[in-house]
Amino acid sequence: MYPAAFEYHAPTSVKDALKLLDKLDDAKLLAGGHSLIPMMKLRLAQPKHLIDLGKIKGLAGIKEEKGVFTVGAMTTHWEVESSKPIKAKVPVVSETAAVIGDPAVRNKGTIGGSLAHADPAADMPATAIALGFEFVCEGAKGKRTVKADDWFKGLMTTAVKDNEVLTTIRIPVSGPGSGACYMKFPHPASRFAIVGVCAAVTVDKSGVCKKVGVGVTGAGTKAVRAKGVEAALLNKKLDAATIEAAAQKAADGVDVQPDLQGSVEYKAHLCRVFARRALEAALKRAQG
Amino acid sequence: MATVERVLGKSIKRREDPRFITGRGTYVDDVKLPGTTWAAFVRSPHAHARIKKIDTAAALKHPGVVAIFTGKDMTGVNSLPCGWLLPELKVPPHMPLASDAARCVGDPVAIVIAESHDAAEDAAEKVKVTWEVLPAVSATDKATAKGSTQIHEVAPSNTAFTWQIGDAAAVETAFRGAARVVKKKIVNQRLVANPMEPRACLASYDRATGDLTLWVTSQNPHVHRLLMCAFVLGIPEHKVRVIAPDVGGAFGSKIFLYNEETICSWATKQIKRPVRWTSSRREAFLTDAHGRDHVTEAEMAFDAQGKIVGLRVKTIANMGAYLSTFAPAVPTYLYATLLNGVYTIPAIHAHVTGVFTNTTPVDAYRGAGRPEAAYLLERMIDAGAAALKLDPADIRKKNFIPKFENGFQTQVALNYDSGNYAAAFDKLLGMLDYKKFRSEQQAARKQGRLLGLGFSTYIEACSIAPSKVVGSLGAQAGLYESGKVRVHPTGGITVYTGSHSHGQGHETTFSQLVADELGVPMESVEIVHGDTGAIPFGMGTYGSRSGSVGGTALLMSLQKIKEKGKKIAAHLLEASPSDIEYTNGQFQVKGFPGKAVPFGQVALTAYVPHNYPAGLEPGLEETSFYDPSNFCFPFGAHACVVEIDRDTGQVKIVRYLAVDDVGNVMNPMIVDGMVHGGIAQGVGQALCEGAVYDDGQLVTGSMMDYALPKADMLPMYETDRTVTPTLVNPLGVKGAGETGTIAATPAVMNAVVDALAPLGVDHIETMPLTAGRVWTIMQSAKR
Repeated sequence: MYPAAFEYHAPTSVKDALKLLDKLDDAKLLAGGHSLIPMMKLRLAQPKHLIDLGKIKGLAGIKEEKGVFTVGAMTTHWEVESSKPIKAKVPVVSETAAVIGDPAVRNKGTIGGSLAHADPAADMPATAIALGFEFVCEGAKGKRTVKADDWFKGLMTTAVKDNEVLTTIRIPVSGPGSGACYMKFPHPASRFAIVGVCAAVTVDKSGVCKKVGVGVTGAGTKAVRAKGVEAALLNKKLDAATIEAAAQKAADGVDVQPDLQGSVEYKAHLCRVFARRALEAALKRAQG
Repeated sequence: MATVERVLGKSIKRREDPRFITGRGTYVDDVKLPGTTWAAFVRSPHAHARIKKIDTAAALKHPGVVAIFTGKDMTGVNSLPCGWLLPELKVPPHMPLASDAARCVGDPVAIVIAESHDAAEDAAEKVKVTWEVLPAVSATDKATAKGSTQIHEVAPSNTAFTWQIGDAAAVETAFRGAARVVKKKIVNQRLVANPMEPRACLASYDRATGDLTLWVTSQNPHVHRLLMCAFVLGIPEHKVRVIAPDVGGAFGSKIFLYNEETICSWATKQIKRPVRWTSSRREAFLTDAHGRDHVTEAEMAFDAQGKIVGLRVKTIANMGAYLSTFAPAVPTYLYATLLNGVYTIPAIHAHVTGVFTNTTPVDAYRGAGRPEAAYLLERMIDAGAAALKLDPADIRKKNFIPKFENGFQTQVALNYDSGNYAAAFDKLLGMLDYKKFRSEQQAARKQGRLLGLGFSTYIEACSIAPSKVVGSLGAQAGLYESGKVRVHPTGGITVYTGSHSHGQGHETTFSQLVADELGVPMESVEIVHGDTGAIPFGMGTYGSRSGSVGGTALLMSLQKIKEKGKKIAAHLLEASPSDIEYTNGQFQVKGFPGKAVPFGQVALTAYVPHNYPAGLEPGLEETSFYDPSNFCFPFGAHACVVEIDRDTGQVKIVRYLAVDDVGNVMNPMIVDGMVHGGIAQGVGQALCEGAVYDDGQLVTGSMMDYALPKADMLPMYETDRTVTPTLVNPLGVKGAGETGTIAATPAVMNAVVDALAPLGVDHIETMPLTAGRVWTIMQSAKR
C-alpha cells in the first residue's frame, strides 16, 4: 500500500498550476485525494507528477450571487454539507454531500475533485444533473462554462481537458414551489451508490409540474439525465399514479452494469424504485 | 477483618483498554530495531502458473535494495507443515517461496529486502517473472471434475482426503422407515477473517549469540516456534524466541505458520540484519487463511410426529491451494462431530471430501467447523418443520436432548459434558413473547409485509482439547495449557500464561481469577503472555479455550502456591499445616481469626527464609500444565426478526435475541462483548460477507467490495444467559468466544426464509443474502 515514487508540485495560483500541467508529462491534479491517492496506493495509478491544488488561494469557498451559488472546486464535502446558505436554499445539495463516504472522507474530499473524477457510483453527479450545475474550467486561453448535461462523458471521463483546471461549480437556486430529494441505495461495502437518484421538481399552485430534473447515478458507467421520466412529468399534474408511471422510465438510457450486488434487471428495477421515491419526496417538499 | 470483595464473576472494566484506546499499545509494527530492513514479496498475479524464469537483475540495481531471494536460494529449508493428519491425507509440498509453480493469486515467489519500505515495494515491481499460465479451478464443487487442472502431483483429482464418521447402515435403515425425508443443498460460503491489525513480523538474528528473535502477529507463539524451528528451518528451539506482543484481533487467522514470517526468519540470518514485513490490506485478503467454503448435500429424516430419525451429510470442503496448518481438522473433527447438535438423532452419517483449488488456503475462522454444522442443522430442522407443517419452535422442543448433568454420548464420537437445551430455548421464547410475535406476523402478512422470525438452537465444542483424544484423531500437538504464578518477595504477583490475548481481555479476567483466589487486589497482579522467552510453554488461544484450559492451569498453580504458603504460615504460627486455612488474603489457624499471617508476609518469608520450615525450598513460584479430560459444550438459543423491503429486497434486522449458556462466567461484560461481536460476524456471513473468485481471481479483494457488517445493520441486541456449569474443569467455565458467530448465521437465514414463506420459499442455498439476491429470489418465487 505504498504508492510508486512521484514528484510533488504545489502551485499557489491557477495560472501556475496550468503552466505545470502544460509542461509536465504524465501529471495529475490532486484535490482532496480521496479517489486518486487510494488508487496510487494500490499502484493502479502511477502518475509521475502530482500537482496539488490545495495551496491555491480562492479555490475553496461558497458564495451566493443573483440566485446562483458559486462553489470553489476545492470546497470540501463537509463545507458543502454544513453550509447554512446551501441548507436554506438548495438543501438537496447539502443532503447529497452528507451521504458521501464517512466524516473523514467528507472532511478531505472536495466537490470539484469528486465531480472531475466522475466515479460512476458517486453521489453528487445525480444532483448535478437534476439541478443543472454548471462547471467552470480554466485553461491557458481563459474560462469556459460546461453544462451538467455535457459534463459526464463516460466512465471517469468528463468534459475537462487535459490542460484545464475545474475551478468553480455553479449551482442554481430553484424558485418558489420547488422541492428536491436525493436517495440512494448504498453498496454494503463501499457505501457508494449502487443506484442513486436525485429528483427536482417545481410545481405551480394547482400541482402542475413546471420544471423537472432527474439524475441517475450508480447503475451505469456514468451519471445520466432520466429524460423519459422528465418528459412524462413536465406540464402534468403530479400525483402518485403519474409519478409511478414516469418512474418506470428511470432506467431508459442507462447502460446498466451488472456486478456482485445485482443483475442488470435488478439495478434497472432499483433505478425505477428510487426515482419514484425521490420524486414523491421532492413533490412533498415542493408543496410543503 | 473485613471480607475481601470477590471479583471473579464481576463486570470489571478491561485493564488493557486504556492502552489500546489511547494508541499506546505495542503491536509488531511498533517494535523498532536499529538497522532494520523492509521486505516486500513478489507474488503471483495468476491463479495457476508455472514459473519459467525469475529475473532479479533490474530489481537488484534499484537504489536501497539489500538482497533478493527466490525459492531456489532457500536450500535446506523444508515445506511448511500440516499440523493435523487424517488417514491417507495427501500432503503436497508447501514451500515458503514457490519455485516450480504458483497455485493461487498471491503465492509468493521472491522476497525483496531493502533499506526502506518504499524501496522494497518499488524494487519488487522490477522483478520480472516469466509465467506459463495454466488452467485454474476455484469452485469448490468443480475441483474434482474430470478435466479440471491438477494442482498437486500427489493429489489426483485434486482430492486431499475423503473422510467419514457415523453409521451409514443405521442411517440407511432409519431413512427407509422415515415418514418424511427433507433434502437440501447447503452452501457455506468462503469468508475472509479481516482482523483490524494485518499480519506482521520482524525477525532479528543476533550474530554474537546465534539467537533468532521473531516478533509476529500470532495467537500461539510457542506453536509458531515449534513448527518453524522443528519442521521448516531446522533451528534448535532454544535458539529462537517468538514474541507476539499486542495483537489486534485474529479470529483464527493468526494461528497458522505462514510463508512470510518463515522467510523473514530465514533471511535475517542471511543478511545479518533485522527484516520486517507488514501486510497491506490487499495482501491480507489474498494471503490470510480464509474460512468456511463448504458445499453440502444434507438429508434429514423425520417420523410422522416430527422427531428426527436420521441425518445424512455429504460435504465438499475447499482446502485452497495448500494445506494450511490445521486445515484438515476443520471440516472433519471440528465439523462433523457436531452434527448431533442439541437434538436426539438416532442415526448420523457424514462424508467429507477435502479438495484443492487455486485459491487462498482455508483454515479455522471463528467457530471453525462448528458454525458450518450449526448452520446445516438449523436450516434442515426448519426445512423439516416446513415440510411437516410444524411450528419451528415445536419441532425443536420435540427433538431436544433432555436435560443432563454429566455426560451425553452422541452418534458422532463426542460426549457432551452438561446441557439443558430446553431451558435456554424457553427463556428465549419468553423474551421474544413468541405467541404475540406470531399474531403480529399474521397481521403484517395481511398487509403484504414480509416479516420473518428465525431460531437457532446450537451447541459447540470449546476448551480444545484432551490431548490423548486429539492425538488419536490426527493432531500433531497436545492441546493442554500452562500457567505459571510467580509471587514476588513483596507480595506482587506475575502470571505467565500460555494463552494469548488478541482481544479476549486476559489481562483482566486472569487478574480477576488470581485476585479472587488469593484475596489480593487486582492491581498487584500482572499478566504476561505471548513470549516464548518468558512462558514455560503454551498452546495459545483459539477454540474458546483460554478460560477453561489456560484458566484452569492457572488455578492449579494458585492452589500449589496456597499449599506451600500454608506450610510457611504454619511454621510462623507454630501450628500444623493441616490446621491452616487461607481466607481473605491471609493464612490463619482454623477457628482462630486472630492467629493469622497475611499473604505478603508469607511471600517475604519465602524469599528471606531466616525463620523457615526445615526441608522446604525457598521461593514462591509454581507452574502447572492442565490437559482437559474432555471438551466443554456451550449451547444456547438465538432468535432473529427481519423485515424485507419488497421494493429492494433489503433485509432489515428488527430484533435480535440471544440466550447463551457458557457455564460459569468470569466477567459478564467481556462475555457480552464476545457475544455481541460474534453475532455481528454471524450476521455478516448471512447478509453481506463472501469471498468470490472469478477464474481464480479474488474479485472481493478489498474493503470496497468485501462487505463487513456495519453498526447500522444491527439492532440493539437483547441478550441473557442460563448457567449450566461444566464438570470438566474446576472453574465450571465452558467458553464464550465463538457462540455468537455460530448461532447468528442460521438465525438470520431462517428468519429470511420465514419472511419469504408466503411467496412459497422454503430454502435458500446460497449466502450472503444481499438485497439483489433476495430480490431475485422473490422474482422467481411461486407467487
